[in-house]
Amino acid sequence: MGEMKSNDYNSLKRAEKFRKVAKHIEDKWKLVPAFLKGKGLVKQHIDSFNYFINVEIKKIVKANEKVLSDADSLFYVKYLNVYIGTPDVEESFNVNRITTPHECRLRDLNYSAPISVDIEYTRGNQRIIRNNLLIGRMPIMLRSSNCVLNNKSHFELAKMNECPHDPGGYFVINGQEKVILIQEQKLRNRIILEEDNKGCIVSSCNSSTHERKTKTNVVGKGGKYYMRHNIFQDDIPIVAVFKAMGIVSDQEIMQLIGTEEEYMRRFSASLEECHTANVFTQDQAIRYLSNRRKQKRFPTSKMGVVDEIKDILAINILSHVPVVDFNFKVKATYIALMIRKVMQGQIDKTLIDDRDYYGNKRLELAGSLLSLMFEDLFKRFNWELKQIADKNIPKIKAAQFDIVKHMRQDQITNGLAFAISSGNWTIKRFKMERQGVTQVLSRLSYISALGMMTRVNSQFEKTRKVSGPRSLQPSQWGMMCPSDTPEGEGCGLVKNLALMTHITTEVEEEPIIRLAYNLGVENVNILGGEEINNKNVYMVFLNGNILGITKNYIRLVNVFRLLRRKAMINGFVSIYPQHHHRCVQICSDGGRLCRPYIIVKDGESLVQQKHIEALKHGFKTFDDFLHEGLIEFLDVNEENDSSIAFNESQIEAGTTHLEVEPFTLLGVCAGLVPYPHHNQSPRNTYQCAMGKQAMGTIGYNQRNRIDTLMYNLVYPQAPMVKSRTIELINFDKLPAGQNATVAVMSYSGYDIEDALILNKAAIDRGYGRCLVYRNAKCTLKRYANQTYDRIMGPMIDSNSKKPIWKHEIIDNDGIAAPGEMVENKKVMVNKSMPAATMNPVNPANVQTQPDYCDVPVLFKGSVPAYIEKVMVSSNADDAFLIKLLLRQTRRPEIGDKFSSRHGQKGVTGLIVEQEDMPFNDLGITPDMIMNPHGFPSRMTVGKLIELLAGKAGVAEGKFHYGTAFGGSKVEDVCEELVKHGYNYMGKDFFYSGITGEPLQAYIYSGPVYYQKLKHMVQDKMHARARGPRAVLTRQPTEGRAKEGGLRLGEMERDCLIGYGASMMLIERLMISSDMFDVDVCNTCGLMAYRGWCHSCQTSASISTISIPYSCKLLFQELQSMNIVPRLTLKNSGD
Amino acid sequence: MQKGDSSRIILEEYAISNAVEHSIVQEGEPWSIEKFAENLKVEIIREGDNGRELEFDLIGCAPALANAFRRILLSEVPSMAIEKVFIRNNTSLIQDEVLAHRLGLLPLRADPRLFEYPALPVSEDEDASDQDTLRYELKVTCSLNPHPRKDSRRPEDIYINDNVYSRDVKWVPLGQQAEIYPKGEEQLGVLESDILICKMRPGQEIHAFMHAVKGIGKDHAKFSPVATATYRMLPEIKLTKPVKGEMAERLKGCFSPGVIEIVRDKKNGPDDREARVKNARYDSCSRNVFRHNDLKECVQLTRVPDHFIFTIESLGALPPAVLFLEAVKTLKAKCRTFIEEIDNIA
Repeated sequence: MGEMKSNDYNSLKRAEKFRKVAKHIEDKWKLVPAFLKGKGLVKQHIDSFNYFINVEIKKIVKANEKVLSDADSLFYVKYLNVYIGTPDVEESFNVNRITTPHECRLRDLNYSAPISVDIEYTRGNQRIIRNNLLIGRMPIMLRSSNCVLNNKSHFELAKMNECPHDPGGYFVINGQEKVILIQEQKLRNRIILEEDNKGCIVSSCNSSTHERKTKTNVVGKGGKYYMRHNIFQDDIPIVAVFKAMGIVSDQEIMQLIGTEEEYMRRFSASLEECHTANVFTQDQAIRYLSNRRKQKRFPTSKMGVVDEIKDILAINILSHVPVVDFNFKVKATYIALMIRKVMQGQIDKTLIDDRDYYGNKRLELAGSLLSLMFEDLFKRFNWELKQIADKNIPKIKAAQFDIVKHMRQDQITNGLAFAISSGNWTIKRFKMERQGVTQVLSRLSYISALGMMTRVNSQFEKTRKVSGPRSLQPSQWGMMCPSDTPEGEGCGLVKNLALMTHITTEVEEEPIIRLAYNLGVENVNILGGEEINNKNVYMVFLNGNILGITKNYIRLVNVFRLLRRKAMINGFVSIYPQHHHRCVQICSDGGRLCRPYIIVKDGESLVQQKHIEALKHGFKTFDDFLHEGLIEFLDVNEENDSSIAFNESQIEAGTTHLEVEPFTLLGVCAGLVPYPHHNQSPRNTYQCAMGKQAMGTIGYNQRNRIDTLMYNLVYPQAPMVKSRTIELINFDKLPAGQNATVAVMSYSGYDIEDALILNKAAIDRGYGRCLVYRNAKCTLKRYANQTYDRIMGPMIDSNSKKPIWKHEIIDNDGIAAPGEMVENKKVMVNKSMPAATMNPVNPANVQTQPDYCDVPVLFKGSVPAYIEKVMVSSNADDAFLIKLLLRQTRRPEIGDKFSSRHGQKGVTGLIVEQEDMPFNDLGITPDMIMNPHGFPSRMTVGKLIELLAGKAGVAEGKFHYGTAFGGSKVEDVCEELVKHGYNYMGKDFFYSGITGEPLQAYIYSGPVYYQKLKHMVQDKMHARARGPRAVLTRQPTEGRAKEGGLRLGEMERDCLIGYGASMMLIERLMISSDMFDVDVCNTCGLMAYRGWCHSCQTSASISTISIPYSCKLLFQELQSMNIVPRLTLKNSGD
Repeated sequence: MQKGDSSRIILEEYAISNAVEHSIVQEGEPWSIEKFAENLKVEIIREGDNGRELEFDLIGCAPALANAFRRILLSEVPSMAIEKVFIRNNTSLIQDEVLAHRLGLLPLRADPRLFEYPALPVSEDEDASDQDTLRYELKVTCSLNPHPRKDSRRPEDIYINDNVYSRDVKWVPLGQQAEIYPKGEEQLGVLESDILICKMRPGQEIHAFMHAVKGIGKDHAKFSPVATATYRMLPEIKLTKPVKGEMAERLKGCFSPGVIEIVRDKKNGPDDREARVKNARYDSCSRNVFRHNDLKECVQLTRVPDHFIFTIESLGALPPAVLFLEAVKTLKAKCRTFIEEIDNIA
């Protein structure tokens, strides 16, 4: 830093030189659509799932390939291969037909494909090979490699009732669209330096392999060093661990840690402690450890103490470090490294790792989560096969034992489907239990669906009040959207990916290891501690494992990167040096965040104008840029080793990379905001939340869907002021909002507190008109006793020979006809169900009609709806499935919520006749009036610019751009306004519509894109005079859905008490709630019944009083627990 | 800034500070009908767009009066529009309600003066009086074109009736209407022929009957007889200082074309350009002069408060001049009612 300052002038000069050299690359942003063209916005989900079903599942099966039996040593089942087919449905018994996702959505099916295996097994003495054996069904992610939608044209997609803009990346389970959210996780298999709550420095390592997950800590406590691990009772002196691993001499231990004076001084106490504990040899150390083991409840091991501890050291401690033939060299080096890190941390606290740093995080996607789940289920499947084999082989039967007959496929099928549909991820072998891993894909709008696909869920507890993990991390730059996070408890924990973020999948380690050794990395096994800790060498790590050391790390890094740019190594492998730890980290693991950057060489971007031209003409694709080494992916850690220029003009001498396009640092939802860089940042965050509630269009297939709830706009419009993101995500093709002509002025008093004034004529002409679709569903089941549900035609009134009112709209088939208007409490499906479904109706086999009771599907709602369509089909259980789609058309009314794209929401305060609206010289009346008080405190300058740009765009007949960090300049927009005879500030001369006189102020007016939000008065309005009551307490029910009363709560009660309105209290709390007349016996004070006291056996002195029913209930409940409340009555006059 | 003529509304840079002062034009002296009649002038300026647009000047009245005409034109002069749609069959993609809404917005040719307002409880069934109702029918079926143009995949080539236009809405006489209106369709049909109602694909069909009634814009915007009716006050531009040379060119650029002219006068020296106000009438009042610090000193922008440039854009059922007269009649009727009410109080 100091050097930088002293050279300030020089560097400035140099920068000046480069500024002249740097050429602006026109249309550089075209790289972004090229990037997205490959797989679209949810490539991370799809890549991850593809990796799972094509690669990882084979590895899992390979790792668990053999099933043996204890009963017969010759018996075995061996999996030779596994593959996943294309999704299909069972048409009838054993007849399968390829299905489409939309069919599964409509018919409440699973969109899943068969998992088939080839096996080799023994039957008796025969060895048999069976191919293509079904072991279960795998839910298929839409648009993955096995999905029918993969690589289909728009036309083909349309034929399958699928929207071409739908991103895919979700599953269809029981007709529901389920997303496996991206899970943010701590880094595994790396040493993380932390400070524990006692102030001790801890270097911890979360190891994770396919078999187990363990955590190993090295603690510096009281000047000594200890190991902390789950399987030991308390902290183990670290030297004892070394000795148990066979590194007995103190010198050797010290050399591994480092022979610098400082380290030796710090470690001497630990060595001494070991001496005082009398641990000198490996054997002593092992016994020492054995005594400190956590006592197992069932000591089952048949091994001796020595073998057992060696096993633990090999498997449980730092389990990700491989140990071959109990050669602990590498593991000991690793522990030594952890100790050294603790020491470094003690010396310099700044070295403590930042847990919130994004390089220390991994994102878990659908593929890896599913592979965990599948492996668990597959292991259970094999275990069960083994149990069956153990049980059945000893039995002597006519037919030879054939394991294939015992393979049940429903376990894997149901396990996977249940996990996805419930979101409960229970992995037994890791003792992992997670809830809410999946969510129903929100189809409120296209944006909400897209936003959900990029959502990242943190494992962090939501209730804790810590700011660290919630605050914006500088390392999030370009990876996570800085704006898109919810308010409230999830703030900062739920994040969204930025536009160009890619999440890596695992890359094969073997070739990288070979390459590293070829590049001069020396294996630690052949080196002593002194050489490993030499000042001149750097240690090389691959995915947290020690690979070796290298003398010339610069060469290693450079050659490695060169090879990667030449596409000799997978582009997602990252390499970077960590100077303060003197090591080089190579990462090829999955779940890292990375992002493409243009490579800069010698102060010049490798991507030149000619390349962009070639891209524009379609001669090149994004992959070509990657293969030619013009662009490369950097992960968060490697970003830190690079100097990245924001734009061409900032390229300096040391610049290594150039940002592809700055607007890509925002996510999908924030990309909708025009001019977000002019807004106060929370406003953009608010818009990110509101964009998901805006109604409009959800997909080209929206009319074919039968969703539980769908909001559509009748006349959706593309925004006048677009952004590049809007075009990239096709928001202009599936818009959610309308361009309203807005006048920023005050009008009447109905516009306070952000209320909006709407023009009635605009509403008459279709502004803000929306369609609300709802569905009604029923199934006709068959029961065990051969009875079944039935639907009947309408009931005919005997007098008028017409259907009764309730059945007016149903056809002869008992289902309401499309186009009919449904009112409250009318029957849509006249279904009836047999009264007895369990026991046989008549055991004597006498054919009589079973009793039926009506279970009609009724319409509920104060406003009638229309039946759009009726679907009759069958579901997975072969039961009839009837779905009705109901439609309501709504015009905006007072209280409906609208919002611009700048986090400025407001409800309709007043609807004004057109003639009362102000008008300008051209006779234009605004569609909407917005109060200017909304601006000063919100500071949404972007909205002001949007209005200006929109106005100019309308006059000119073109769309303006409000892209983040770019877009049409205000200056140019103003010139365009002037060109068309408007005031350059966008302010017009207006006349009052009521008096006809000119308004004193010039009015800022023009088109602004407004979204209609899903919150509408019609769904919320509620009042009650009389209505239903709860059965137990006889008090009015609660909530709008149950037509509940309006509660006079505690605080309101307090007010009435304070005011002294006693009669009012009695009325609200008793008379209009649960008044009940009871007879009370004056002699015993208990409640009598019908003028007769049961305890006194008399009717002599009974009085009737009114008390709340709940009070009577309380008395009776008290009586039931042997407490007798007695009432003493007095005349009110006394 | 100097205060100019007090009889003008002055457009200042940031506000119109004397806007309210002109609500009553005749200050001081008592209002008299004679004087009003003498002062009031109507000059027809322009008739355009097939006689659907009319621009005239209303001079010498208070803005309240001009505004009353504007408001009445927008919302109280009646016109005919489709009010009820009886859908027999609609298998198209468009929802019944949306289709009905779109049909309702179609402008009709019918002269509202020939019809009565509908009887108040509009009968639910289809029998309606020929005195107050017009009946229309829309019956379109989309099908594959049996002789498609070769190699074309354009919808308009391979389908028949894939687009439903307003010309497909046909007038159906009710009761005596066939005799009363011999010109039929020409007189009562839909005004524009090419309004897209709906798009269809083979196998889809729309069959609907519509009833049009007389109504006013207050009830629904579809009954408004005008696209818009509006006025603006006559702009007036004064040059307070001579503007010469390059400044003159800039000044010209600040106004709508034709507002400022440049006069060349030898007397003015070598750069002989000088700006003059040619015709301020068509200035858009953009006030862009205020962007130039040197120019804004030289100009005073004002508007004449009692000179209204009235523009009526008729939908086409009636010519704009007739609409204006209707508005006047309505205002008259309203005044009568009002006077009657006042008299009744006394």
